[in-house]
Amino acid sequence: MDIKLREVEYRYAAGTPFERLAITDVSFHIPSGEYMAIIGHTGSGKSTVLQHLNVLLKPLKGEIDIGSRTIAAGRKEKDLKEVRRRVGIVFQFPEHQLFEETVEKDICFGPMNFGVKEEQAKQRARDAIRLVGLPESVLERSPFDLSGGQMRRVAIAGVLAMKPDVLVLDEPTAGLDPRGRLDMMEMFASLQKNNGLTCVLVTHSMEDAARYADKIVMMHKGRVYKTGTPREIFSDRDSLRAIGLDVPETIHFQHLFEEKLGFPLKRLCLTPEELAQEIRDLRGERR
Amino acid sequence: MMEKVILGRYLPADSIVHRMDPRAKLLFIFVFVLIVFLANNVATYALLGAFTLFIVFSSNVKLRFLIAGLKPVILLILFTFFLHVFFTKEGEVLTQVGFLSIYEGGVIKGIFISLRFFLLILVTSLLTLTTPPISVTDGIESLFGPLKKIKVPVHELALMMSISLRFIPTLLDETDKIMKAQMARGADFTSGSIADRVKAVIPLLIPLFVSAFKRAEELAVAMEARGYKGGQGRTKYRVLAWHVRDTMALLLLAVLAVVLFMLRS
Ligand SMILES: Nc1ncnc2c1ncn2[C@@H]1O[C@H](COP(=O)(O)OP(=O)(O)OP(=O)(O)O)[C@@H](O)[C@H]1O
Ligand SMILES: [Mg+2]
Repeated sequence: MDIKLREVEYRYAAGTPFERLAITDVSFHIPSGEYMAIIGHTGSGKSTVLQHLNVLLKPLKGEIDIGSRTIAAGRKEKDLKEVRRRVGIVFQFPEHQLFEETVEKDICFGPMNFGVKEEQAKQRARDAIRLVGLPESVLERSPFDLSGGQMRRVAIAGVLAMKPDVLVLDEPTAGLDPRGRLDMMEMFASLQKNNGLTCVLVTHSMEDAARYADKIVMMHKGRVYKTGTPREIFSDRDSLRAIGLDVPETIHFQHLFEEKLGFPLKRLCLTPEELAQEIRDLRGERR
Repeated sequence: MMEKVILGRYLPADSIVHRMDPRAKLLFIFVFVLIVFLANNVATYALLGAFTLFIVFSSNVKLRFLIAGLKPVILLILFTFFLHVFFTKEGEVLTQVGFLSIYEGGVIKGIFISLRFFLLILVTSLLTLTTPPISVTDGIESLFGPLKKIKVPVHELALMMSISLRFIPTLLDETDKIMKAQMARGADFTSGSIADRVKAVIPLLIPLFVSAFKRAEELAVAMEARGYKGGQGRTKYRVLAWHVRDTMALLLLAVLAVVLFMLRS
Protein backbone atom coordinates (compact mmCIF):
# COMPACT_ATOMS: atom_id res chain seq x y z
CA MET A 1 0.00 0.00 0.00
CA ASP A 2 1.41 3.34 -1.10
CA ILE A 3 1.53 6.27 1.30
CA LYS A 4 2.12 9.82 0.09
CA LEU A 5 2.49 12.92 2.24
CA ARG A 6 2.08 16.31 0.62
CA GLU A 7 3.14 19.44 2.49
CA VAL A 8 1.89 18.17 5.79
CA GLU A 9 1.93 20.51 8.76
CA TYR A 10 1.00 19.79 12.36
CA ARG A 11 0.94 21.87 15.53
CA TYR A 12 0.38 20.47 18.99
CA ALA A 13 -2.20 22.27 21.14
CA ALA A 14 -3.15 24.49 18.21
CA GLY A 15 -5.04 27.56 19.30
CA THR A 16 -3.82 27.55 22.90
CA PRO A 17 -0.88 29.35 24.51
CA PHE A 18 0.96 26.03 24.46
CA GLU A 19 0.81 25.83 20.67
CA ARG A 20 3.91 24.27 19.18
CA LEU A 21 4.83 23.69 15.57
CA ALA A 22 5.95 20.08 15.30
CA ILE A 23 6.26 19.47 11.56
CA THR A 24 5.79 21.63 8.49
CA ASP A 25 6.03 21.19 4.74
CA VAL A 26 6.68 17.46 5.08
CA SER A 27 6.38 15.63 1.75
CA PHE A 28 7.57 12.16 0.86
CA HIS A 29 6.41 8.97 -0.75
CA ILE A 30 6.51 5.45 0.70
CA PRO A 31 6.05 3.01 -2.20
CA SER A 32 4.41 -0.30 -1.46
CA GLY A 33 6.82 -2.98 -0.26
CA GLU A 34 9.64 -0.58 0.49
CA TYR A 35 11.73 -0.35 3.63
CA MET A 36 12.01 3.25 4.63
CA ALA A 37 13.99 4.70 7.49
CA ILE A 38 13.37 8.09 9.09
CA ILE A 39 16.35 9.54 10.91
CA GLY A 40 16.79 12.83 12.75
CA HIS A 41 17.78 14.45 15.96
CA THR A 42 15.62 14.20 19.09
CA GLY A 43 12.55 16.42 18.69
CA SER A 44 12.87 16.70 14.93
CA GLY A 45 9.30 15.50 14.42
CA LYS A 46 9.75 11.85 13.53
CA SER A 47 7.10 10.47 15.89
CA THR A 48 4.71 13.20 14.84
CA VAL A 49 5.07 12.18 11.21
CA LEU A 50 4.45 8.54 12.10
CA GLN A 51 1.17 9.32 13.84
CA HIS A 52 -0.12 10.78 10.59
CA LEU A 53 0.41 7.51 8.76
CA ASN A 54 -2.67 5.94 10.39
CA VAL A 55 -4.48 9.21 11.10
CA LEU A 56 -3.97 9.32 14.85
CA LEU A 57 -3.12 12.92 14.08
CA LYS A 58 -4.79 14.79 11.26
CA PRO A 59 -2.74 17.29 9.29
CA LEU A 60 -3.54 20.95 9.89
CA LYS A 61 -2.30 21.65 6.38
CA GLY A 62 -1.59 19.41 3.42
CA GLU A 63 -2.80 15.96 2.43
CA ILE A 64 -1.94 12.32 2.93
CA ASP A 65 -2.81 9.49 0.57
CA ILE A 66 -3.02 6.16 2.35
CA GLY A 67 -3.73 3.53 -0.26
CA SER A 68 -6.85 4.72 -2.06
CA ARG A 69 -7.87 7.06 0.75
CA THR A 70 -6.98 10.72 0.96
CA ILE A 71 -6.85 12.50 4.29
CA ALA A 72 -6.93 16.26 3.84
CA ALA A 73 -6.63 19.07 6.35
CA GLY A 74 -9.85 20.47 7.75
CA ARG A 75 -12.07 17.57 6.80
CA LYS A 76 -13.95 15.31 9.21
CA GLU A 77 -12.69 11.77 8.83
CA LYS A 78 -14.94 8.85 9.60
CA ASP A 79 -14.47 5.15 9.61
CA LEU A 80 -10.74 5.01 10.14
CA LYS A 81 -10.77 1.36 11.22
CA GLU A 82 -9.72 0.05 7.84
CA VAL A 83 -6.77 2.46 7.68
CA ARG A 84 -5.75 1.56 11.22
CA ARG A 85 -5.88 -2.15 10.45
CA ARG A 86 -3.75 -1.78 7.35
CA VAL A 87 -1.17 0.51 8.96
CA GLY A 88 0.11 -0.98 12.22
CA ILE A 89 2.16 1.28 14.47
CA VAL A 90 4.56 0.12 17.15
CA PHE A 91 5.07 3.17 19.36
CA GLN A 92 8.15 4.23 21.27
CA PHE A 93 8.13 2.12 24.47
CA PRO A 94 5.09 0.07 23.43
CA GLU A 95 5.29 -1.98 26.63
CA HIS A 96 3.20 0.74 28.30
CA GLN A 97 0.15 -0.25 26.29
CA LEU A 98 -0.22 -3.77 27.76
CA PHE A 99 -3.31 -4.22 29.90
CA GLU A 100 -4.83 -7.70 29.70
CA GLU A 101 -4.63 -10.53 32.23
CA THR A 102 -2.69 -12.77 29.90
CA VAL A 103 -0.27 -12.16 27.07
CA GLU A 104 -2.52 -14.11 24.74
CA LYS A 105 -5.52 -11.88 25.40
CA ASP A 106 -3.40 -8.80 24.95
CA ILE A 107 -2.11 -9.91 21.58
CA CYS A 108 -5.67 -10.83 20.52
CA PHE A 109 -6.92 -7.34 21.43
CA GLY A 110 -5.90 -5.77 18.11
CA PRO A 111 -7.10 -8.50 15.74
CA MET A 112 -10.43 -8.88 17.58
CA ASN A 113 -11.06 -5.14 17.42
CA PHE A 114 -10.77 -5.49 13.67
CA GLY A 115 -13.31 -8.29 13.58
CA VAL A 116 -11.12 -11.40 13.62
CA LYS A 117 -12.80 -14.39 15.31
CA GLU A 118 -11.43 -15.54 18.67
CA GLU A 119 -10.08 -18.89 17.47
CA GLN A 120 -8.29 -17.26 14.57
CA ALA A 121 -6.94 -14.49 16.78
CA LYS A 122 -5.47 -17.08 19.13
CA GLN A 123 -3.76 -18.76 16.20
CA ARG A 124 -2.35 -15.40 15.19
CA ALA A 125 -1.14 -14.83 18.75
CA ARG A 126 0.78 -18.11 18.62
CA ASP A 127 2.35 -17.14 15.29
CA ALA A 128 3.21 -13.65 16.45
CA ILE A 129 4.78 -14.73 19.72
CA ARG A 130 7.08 -17.06 17.80
CA LEU A 131 8.01 -14.27 15.37
CA VAL A 132 9.19 -12.06 18.22
CA GLY A 133 11.26 -14.88 19.66
CA LEU A 134 9.33 -15.81 22.79
CA PRO A 135 8.22 -19.34 23.74
CA GLU A 136 4.52 -20.15 23.45
CA SER A 137 4.34 -20.77 27.19
CA VAL A 138 4.52 -16.99 27.69
CA LEU A 139 0.99 -16.72 26.26
CA GLU A 140 -0.55 -17.92 29.53
CA ARG A 141 1.39 -15.50 31.73
CA SER A 142 0.43 -12.04 32.86
CA PRO A 143 2.19 -9.36 30.79
CA PHE A 144 3.07 -7.54 34.00
CA ASP A 145 5.21 -10.43 35.25
CA LEU A 146 7.53 -10.18 32.27
CA SER A 147 10.83 -8.33 31.98
CA GLY A 148 10.93 -5.01 30.14
CA GLY A 149 12.41 -6.58 27.04
CA GLN A 150 9.85 -9.38 27.03
CA MET A 151 7.03 -6.87 27.44
CA ARG A 152 8.39 -4.98 24.45
CA ARG A 153 8.29 -8.15 22.36
CA VAL A 154 4.73 -8.91 23.44
CA ALA A 155 3.65 -5.40 22.47
CA ILE A 156 5.27 -5.80 19.06
CA ALA A 157 3.57 -9.19 18.67
CA GLY A 158 0.27 -7.43 19.39
CA VAL A 159 0.75 -5.24 16.35
CA LEU A 160 2.08 -8.02 14.11
CA ALA A 161 -1.02 -10.08 14.90
CA MET A 162 -3.13 -7.40 13.23
CA LYS A 163 -1.43 -8.46 9.97
CA PRO A 164 -0.97 -4.90 8.73
CA ASP A 165 0.13 -4.08 5.18
CA VAL A 166 2.36 -1.32 6.47
CA LEU A 167 4.39 -1.78 9.63
CA VAL A 168 5.46 1.45 11.28
CA LEU A 169 8.15 1.15 13.94
CA ASP A 170 9.18 3.94 16.31
CA GLU A 171 12.58 2.95 17.71
CA PRO A 172 11.43 -0.62 18.31
CA THR A 173 14.75 -1.89 19.63
CA ALA A 174 15.70 0.90 22.04
CA GLY A 175 16.68 -0.76 25.32
CA LEU A 176 16.91 -4.33 24.02
CA ASP A 177 20.08 -6.39 24.39
CA PRO A 178 22.34 -6.64 21.28
CA ARG A 179 21.19 -10.14 20.39
CA GLY A 180 17.52 -9.21 20.81
CA ARG A 181 18.02 -6.12 18.67
CA LEU A 182 19.56 -8.08 15.85
CA ASP A 183 16.91 -10.82 15.93
CA MET A 184 14.13 -8.25 15.97
CA MET A 185 15.57 -6.20 13.12
CA GLU A 186 16.19 -9.33 11.04
CA MET A 187 12.60 -10.43 11.68
CA PHE A 188 11.20 -7.10 10.40
CA ALA A 189 13.48 -7.24 7.37
CA SER A 190 12.39 -10.76 6.51
CA LEU A 191 8.70 -9.84 6.82
CA GLN A 192 9.34 -6.98 4.43
CA LYS A 193 11.27 -9.12 1.93
CA ASN A 194 9.22 -12.31 2.04
CA ASN A 195 5.70 -11.15 2.86
CA GLY A 196 5.64 -7.92 0.89
CA LEU A 197 5.18 -5.82 4.00
CA THR A 198 5.94 -2.12 3.74
CA CYS A 199 8.20 -1.02 6.59
CA VAL A 200 8.72 2.43 8.05
CA LEU A 201 11.39 2.57 10.73
CA VAL A 202 12.31 5.49 12.95
CA THR A 203 15.74 4.87 14.36
CA HIS A 204 18.71 6.54 16.02
CA SER A 205 20.92 3.72 14.80
CA MET A 206 22.65 4.77 11.60
CA GLU A 207 23.87 1.18 11.30
CA ASP A 208 20.31 -0.15 11.10
CA ALA A 209 19.30 2.56 8.64
CA ALA A 210 22.29 1.75 6.43
CA ARG A 211 21.77 -1.99 6.55
CA TYR A 212 18.03 -2.35 6.09
CA ALA A 213 16.56 0.74 4.44
CA ASP A 214 15.83 1.13 0.74
CA LYS A 215 15.32 4.82 1.25
CA ILE A 216 16.09 7.27 4.05
CA VAL A 217 14.28 10.45 5.04
CA MET A 218 16.30 12.88 7.12
CA MET A 219 14.26 15.16 9.37
CA HIS A 220 15.49 18.37 10.93
CA LYS A 221 13.50 20.87 12.97
CA GLY A 222 10.15 19.58 11.73
CA ARG A 223 11.14 19.61 8.07
CA VAL A 224 12.38 17.02 5.61
CA TYR A 225 16.05 17.87 5.28
CA LYS A 226 16.95 15.36 2.62
CA THR A 227 15.72 12.09 1.10
CA GLY A 228 17.75 9.47 -0.68
CA THR A 229 19.14 5.95 -0.74
CA PRO A 230 21.42 5.02 2.16
CA ARG A 231 24.39 5.35 -0.20
CA GLU A 232 23.41 8.89 -1.14
CA ILE A 233 22.66 9.93 2.42
CA PHE A 234 25.76 8.45 4.02
CA SER A 235 28.19 9.67 1.38
CA ASP A 236 27.51 13.23 2.57
CA ARG A 237 28.99 13.26 6.03
CA ASP A 238 28.92 17.06 6.37
CA SER A 239 25.17 17.44 6.06
CA LEU A 240 24.65 14.58 8.50
CA ARG A 241 26.89 16.30 11.01
CA ALA A 242 25.18 19.61 10.40
CA ILE A 243 21.97 18.21 11.88
CA GLY A 244 23.57 16.30 14.72
CA LEU A 245 23.84 12.87 13.09
CA ASP A 246 26.79 10.95 11.76
CA VAL A 247 27.72 8.12 9.42
CA PRO A 248 27.52 4.47 10.56
CA GLU A 249 30.56 2.99 12.30
CA THR A 250 31.44 0.98 9.21
CA ILE A 251 31.72 4.08 7.05
CA HIS A 252 33.65 5.85 9.76
CA PHE A 253 36.09 2.97 9.74
CA GLN A 254 36.24 3.07 5.97
CA HIS A 255 37.19 6.75 6.03
CA LEU A 256 39.98 6.12 8.55
CA PHE A 257 41.16 3.13 6.58
CA GLU A 258 41.23 5.08 3.30
CA GLU A 259 43.20 7.82 5.02
CA LYS A 260 45.90 5.37 6.09
CA LEU A 261 45.76 3.63 2.73
CA GLY A 262 46.18 6.85 0.78
CA PHE A 263 43.45 6.17 -1.78
CA PRO A 264 39.69 5.52 -1.64
CA LEU A 265 38.00 2.15 -1.93
CA LYS A 266 35.84 1.49 -4.99
CA ARG A 267 32.54 1.99 -3.24
CA LEU A 268 30.97 3.18 -0.01
CA CYS A 269 30.37 0.17 2.23
CA LEU A 270 27.16 0.27 4.22
CA THR A 271 27.69 -2.89 6.26
CA PRO A 272 30.71 -4.63 7.81
CA GLU A 273 30.13 -7.52 5.37
CA GLU A 274 30.45 -5.23 2.37
CA LEU A 275 33.55 -3.62 3.82
CA ALA A 276 35.18 -6.95 4.56
CA GLN A 277 34.55 -8.04 0.98
CA GLU A 278 35.95 -4.78 -0.37
CA ILE A 279 39.14 -5.08 1.68
CA ARG A 280 39.58 -8.67 0.59
CA ASP A 281 39.17 -7.68 -3.07
CA LEU A 282 41.80 -5.05 -2.54
CA ARG A 283 44.31 -7.66 -1.42
CA GLY A 284 43.42 -9.84 -4.36
CA GLU A 285 44.22 -7.03 -6.78
CA ARG A 286 47.54 -6.23 -5.17
CA ARG A 287 48.82 -9.78 -5.30
CA MET B 1 -6.54 15.12 22.40
CA MET B 2 -5.75 15.90 26.00
CA GLU B 3 -3.45 18.75 25.10
CA LYS B 4 -6.28 21.29 25.11
CA VAL B 5 -6.89 20.89 28.83
CA ILE B 6 -5.27 23.77 30.69
CA LEU B 7 -6.62 23.06 34.14
CA GLY B 8 -3.64 22.82 36.47
CA ARG B 9 -1.06 23.98 33.94
CA TYR B 10 1.34 26.84 34.47
CA LEU B 11 1.83 29.31 31.63
CA PRO B 12 5.17 31.06 32.01
CA ALA B 13 4.81 34.78 31.31
CA ASP B 14 5.22 38.09 33.03
CA SER B 15 2.45 40.27 34.44
CA ILE B 16 1.52 41.87 37.70
CA VAL B 17 -0.53 38.78 38.51
CA HIS B 18 2.43 36.51 37.82
CA ARG B 19 4.62 38.60 40.11
CA MET B 20 2.22 38.58 43.05
CA ASP B 21 3.13 36.65 46.17
CA PRO B 22 1.51 33.21 46.02
CA ARG B 23 0.20 33.73 49.54
CA ALA B 24 -1.58 36.88 48.39
CA LYS B 25 -3.03 35.02 45.44
CA LEU B 26 -4.25 32.18 47.63
CA LEU B 27 -5.85 34.53 50.14
CA PHE B 28 -7.33 36.48 47.25
CA ILE B 29 -8.93 33.38 45.80
CA PHE B 30 -10.18 32.19 49.15
CA VAL B 31 -11.90 35.51 49.79
CA PHE B 32 -13.11 35.70 46.20
CA VAL B 33 -14.76 32.30 46.48
CA LEU B 34 -16.62 33.57 49.53
CA ILE B 35 -17.76 36.89 48.13
CA VAL B 36 -18.95 35.36 44.88
CA PHE B 37 -21.82 34.11 47.00
CA LEU B 38 -22.75 37.68 47.88
CA ALA B 39 -23.96 38.31 44.35
CA ASN B 40 -27.67 37.77 43.91
CA ASN B 41 -28.93 40.24 41.34
CA VAL B 42 -28.03 41.67 37.94
CA ALA B 43 -25.98 44.58 39.29
CA THR B 44 -23.84 42.44 41.59
CA TYR B 45 -23.22 39.79 38.92
CA ALA B 46 -22.30 42.48 36.40
CA LEU B 47 -19.83 43.96 38.88
CA LEU B 48 -18.33 40.56 39.64
CA GLY B 49 -18.05 39.79 35.93
CA ALA B 50 -16.34 43.10 35.23
CA PHE B 51 -13.96 42.53 38.12
CA THR B 52 -13.06 39.07 36.86
CA LEU B 53 -12.41 40.44 33.38
CA PHE B 54 -10.16 43.05 34.95
CA ILE B 55 -8.10 40.35 36.66
CA VAL B 56 -7.89 38.34 33.45
CA PHE B 57 -6.64 41.38 31.53
CA SER B 58 -4.02 42.26 34.10
CA SER B 59 -2.77 38.67 34.03
CA ASN B 60 -1.81 38.80 30.33
CA VAL B 61 -3.58 35.49 29.72
CA LYS B 62 -5.75 35.75 26.62
CA LEU B 63 -9.43 35.29 27.44
CA ARG B 64 -9.81 33.22 24.27
CA PHE B 65 -7.26 30.70 25.57
CA LEU B 66 -8.89 30.57 28.97
CA ILE B 67 -12.29 29.84 27.50
CA ALA B 68 -10.94 27.29 25.00
CA GLY B 69 -9.12 25.53 27.83
CA LEU B 70 -12.21 25.46 30.01
CA LYS B 71 -14.28 23.59 27.43
CA PRO B 72 -14.45 20.36 29.44
CA VAL B 73 -15.82 22.25 32.44
CA ILE B 74 -18.30 24.16 30.33
CA LEU B 75 -20.26 20.93 29.88
CA LEU B 76 -20.60 20.74 33.63
CA ILE B 77 -21.74 24.35 33.75
CA LEU B 78 -24.37 23.73 31.09
CA PHE B 79 -25.55 20.76 33.09
CA THR B 80 -26.07 22.89 36.20
CA PHE B 81 -27.85 25.46 34.09
CA PHE B 82 -30.38 23.02 32.73
CA LEU B 83 -30.82 21.39 36.10
CA HIS B 84 -32.00 24.69 37.46
CA VAL B 85 -34.06 25.58 34.43
CA PHE B 86 -36.03 22.36 34.63
CA PHE B 87 -36.39 21.93 38.34
CA THR B 88 -36.91 25.40 39.80
CA LYS B 89 -40.55 26.31 40.08
CA GLU B 90 -40.62 30.03 40.76
CA GLY B 91 -42.14 33.01 38.98
CA GLU B 92 -44.18 32.90 35.82
CA VAL B 93 -44.38 29.96 33.48
CA LEU B 94 -42.49 30.82 30.27
CA THR B 95 -43.11 27.79 28.07
CA GLN B 96 -44.19 24.23 28.28
CA VAL B 97 -41.83 21.53 26.94
CA GLY B 98 -43.67 18.23 27.05
CA PHE B 99 -44.59 17.58 30.65
CA LEU B 100 -41.98 20.05 31.91
CA SER B 101 -42.89 23.66 32.41
CA ILE B 102 -40.14 26.23 32.41
CA TYR B 103 -40.40 29.02 34.92
CA GLU B 104 -38.93 32.48 34.72
CA GLY B 105 -37.30 32.03 38.11
CA GLY B 106 -35.65 28.86 36.91
CA VAL B 107 -34.04 30.55 33.94
CA ILE B 108 -32.75 33.43 36.06
CA LYS B 109 -31.47 31.12 38.74
CA GLY B 110 -29.89 28.89 36.11
CA ILE B 111 -28.04 31.82 34.57
CA PHE B 112 -26.87 33.15 37.93
CA ILE B 113 -25.63 29.87 39.27
CA SER B 114 -23.83 28.83 36.14
CA LEU B 115 -22.29 32.30 35.96
CA ARG B 116 -21.10 31.92 39.54
CA PHE B 117 -19.62 28.56 38.73
CA PHE B 118 -17.96 29.95 35.63
CA LEU B 119 -16.39 32.90 37.46
CA LEU B 120 -15.09 30.64 40.22
CA ILE B 121 -13.42 28.31 37.78
CA LEU B 122 -12.03 31.16 35.70
CA VAL B 123 -10.35 32.79 38.68
CA THR B 124 -9.04 29.59 40.23
CA SER B 125 -7.57 28.41 36.93
CA LEU B 126 -5.89 31.81 36.66
CA LEU B 127 -4.09 30.93 39.89
CA THR B 128 -2.48 27.82 38.44
CA LEU B 129 -1.89 29.48 35.07
CA THR B 130 0.08 32.33 36.58
CA THR B 131 1.82 30.59 39.48
CA PRO B 132 4.37 27.79 39.23
CA PRO B 133 3.02 24.79 41.17
CA ILE B 134 5.99 24.90 43.47
CA SER B 135 5.11 28.46 44.52
CA VAL B 136 1.51 27.47 45.14
CA THR B 137 2.74 24.85 47.56
CA ASP B 138 5.19 27.22 49.21
CA GLY B 139 2.34 29.65 49.68
CA ILE B 140 0.03 27.04 51.18
CA GLU B 141 2.71 25.75 53.48
CA SER B 142 3.48 29.23 54.69
CA LEU B 143 -0.18 30.18 55.18
CA PHE B 144 -0.97 27.04 57.14
CA GLY B 145 2.36 27.12 58.96
CA PRO B 146 0.83 28.04 62.33
CA LEU B 147 -1.13 24.77 62.30
CA LYS B 148 2.15 22.90 62.73
CA LYS B 149 1.92 23.87 66.40
CA ILE B 150 -1.12 21.65 66.79
CA LYS B 151 0.62 18.76 64.99
CA VAL B 152 -1.03 19.16 61.61
CA PRO B 153 1.41 17.72 59.02
CA VAL B 154 1.36 20.91 56.96
CA HIS B 155 4.61 20.27 55.16
CA GLU B 156 3.62 16.77 54.14
CA LEU B 157 0.19 17.88 52.96
CA ALA B 158 1.72 20.70 50.95
CA LEU B 159 4.20 18.30 49.41
CA MET B 160 1.44 15.87 48.51
CA MET B 161 -0.42 18.66 46.85
CA SER B 162 2.52 19.93 44.88
CA ILE B 163 3.29 16.44 43.66
CA SER B 164 -0.27 15.96 42.47
CA LEU B 165 -0.26 19.34 40.75
CA ARG B 166 3.07 18.55 39.15
CA PHE B 167 1.79 15.26 37.78
CA ILE B 168 -1.50 16.41 36.27
CA PRO B 169 0.09 17.39 32.93
CA THR B 170 2.27 14.27 32.97
CA LEU B 171 -0.76 12.11 33.50
CA LEU B 172 -2.65 13.84 30.72
CA ASP B 173 0.26 13.32 28.33
CA GLU B 174 0.39 9.70 29.36
CA THR B 175 -3.34 9.30 28.79
CA ASP B 176 -2.93 10.76 25.33
CA LYS B 177 -0.10 8.37 24.49
CA ILE B 178 -1.87 5.25 25.68
CA MET B 179 -5.09 6.28 24.03
CA LYS B 180 -3.27 6.61 20.72
CA ALA B 181 -1.51 3.29 21.16
CA GLN B 182 -4.83 1.53 21.78
CA MET B 183 -6.54 3.37 18.93
CA ALA B 184 -3.75 2.14 16.68
CA ARG B 185 -4.84 -1.36 17.74
CA GLY B 186 -8.40 -0.65 16.74
CA ALA B 187 -9.83 0.54 20.07
CA ASP B 188 -12.68 2.99 19.69
CA PHE B 189 -13.32 5.46 22.49
CA THR B 190 -15.83 7.67 20.77
CA SER B 191 -18.65 5.55 19.44
CA GLY B 192 -20.87 2.65 20.39
CA SER B 193 -23.31 2.13 23.23
CA ILE B 194 -22.61 3.29 26.77
CA ALA B 195 -21.69 -0.26 27.80
CA ASP B 196 -19.24 -0.44 24.89
CA ARG B 197 -17.65 2.82 25.87
CA VAL B 198 -17.24 1.83 29.49
CA LYS B 199 -15.57 -1.35 28.33
CA ALA B 200 -13.36 0.63 25.98
CA VAL B 201 -11.88 2.56 28.91
CA ILE B 202 -10.34 -0.51 30.51
CA PRO B 203 -7.41 -0.74 28.06
CA LEU B 204 -6.76 2.90 28.90
CA LEU B 205 -7.16 2.84 32.67
CA ILE B 206 -5.07 -0.21 33.47
CA PRO B 207 -1.86 0.98 31.80
CA LEU B 208 -2.45 4.40 33.37
CA PHE B 209 -2.72 2.97 36.87
CA VAL B 210 0.27 0.75 36.33
CA SER B 211 2.44 3.64 35.24
CA ALA B 212 1.13 5.97 37.96
CA PHE B 213 2.05 3.45 40.65
CA LYS B 214 5.42 2.85 39.06
CA ARG B 215 6.04 6.58 38.92
CA ALA B 216 5.07 7.03 42.55
CA GLU B 217 7.43 4.29 43.60
CA GLU B 218 10.30 5.72 41.58
CA LEU B 219 9.67 9.17 42.98
CA ALA B 220 9.71 7.86 46.53
CA VAL B 221 12.98 6.04 45.95
CA ALA B 222 14.52 9.10 44.30
CA MET B 223 13.49 11.30 47.24
CA GLU B 224 14.87 8.90 49.78
CA ALA B 225 18.07 8.52 47.82
CA ARG B 226 18.56 12.25 48.10
CA GLY B 227 18.05 12.19 51.83
CA TYR B 228 14.55 13.62 52.04
CA LYS B 229 13.09 13.11 55.50
CA GLY B 230 10.22 15.50 55.88
CA GLY B 231 9.97 19.16 56.73
CA GLN B 232 11.89 19.10 60.04
CA GLY B 233 14.72 21.58 59.81
CA ARG B 234 14.43 21.91 56.06
CA THR B 235 15.41 25.32 54.72
CA LYS B 236 13.84 27.07 51.75
CA TYR B 237 15.53 27.78 48.47
CA ARG B 238 12.85 30.23 47.36
CA VAL B 239 11.94 32.81 49.97
CA LEU B 240 8.53 34.38 49.63
CA ALA B 241 8.38 38.18 49.63
CA TRP B 242 5.29 40.25 50.30
CA HIS B 243 5.09 43.51 48.32
CA VAL B 244 2.87 46.57 48.34
CA ARG B 245 1.01 45.24 45.30
CA ASP B 246 -0.06 42.20 47.32
CA THR B 247 -1.58 44.37 50.01
CA MET B 248 -3.21 46.52 47.33
CA ALA B 249 -4.79 43.53 45.66
CA LEU B 250 -6.34 42.36 48.90
CA LEU B 251 -7.55 45.88 49.69
CA LEU B 252 -9.16 46.05 46.26
CA LEU B 253 -10.94 42.81 47.03
CA ALA B 254 -12.17 44.22 50.32
CA VAL B 255 -13.60 47.23 48.49
CA LEU B 256 -15.32 44.87 46.06
CA ALA B 257 -16.83 42.94 48.94
CA VAL B 258 -18.20 46.12 50.51
CA VAL B 259 -19.70 47.36 47.24
CA LEU B 260 -21.22 43.95 46.57
CA PHE B 261 -22.73 43.98 50.00
CA MET B 262 -24.35 47.35 49.36
CA LEU B 263 -25.66 46.41 45.90
CA ARG B 264 -27.11 43.02 46.78
CA SER B 265 -30.83 42.75 47.18
N1 LIG C 1 2.05 15.68 22.93
C1 LIG C 1 2.79 16.77 22.62
N2 LIG C 1 2.41 18.00 23.03
C2 LIG C 1 3.13 19.09 22.70
N3 LIG C 1 4.24 19.07 21.97
C3 LIG C 1 4.69 17.90 21.54
C4 LIG C 1 4.00 16.67 21.84
N4 LIG C 1 4.67 15.65 21.27
C5 LIG C 1 5.74 16.20 20.66
N5 LIG C 1 5.75 17.54 20.81
C6 LIG C 1 6.77 18.48 20.25
O1 LIG C 1 6.81 18.32 18.85
C7 LIG C 1 8.14 18.28 18.37
C8 LIG C 1 8.42 16.99 17.63
O2 LIG C 1 8.30 15.91 18.52
P1 LIG C 1 8.42 14.39 18.09
O3 LIG C 1 7.98 13.58 19.24
O4 LIG C 1 7.73 14.18 16.80
O5 LIG C 1 10.01 14.27 17.90
P2 LIG C 1 10.89 12.97 17.58
O6 LIG C 1 11.64 13.27 16.34
O7 LIG C 1 10.05 11.76 17.59
O8 LIG C 1 11.92 12.94 18.81
P3 LIG C 1 12.56 11.67 19.57
O9 LIG C 1 13.70 11.20 18.71
O10 LIG C 1 13.04 12.25 20.85
O11 LIG C 1 11.51 10.64 19.75
C9 LIG C 1 9.03 18.48 19.59
O12 LIG C 1 9.41 19.82 19.62
C10 LIG C 1 8.15 18.14 20.76
O13 LIG C 1 8.48 18.92 21.87
MG1 LIG D 1 9.90 10.11 18.85
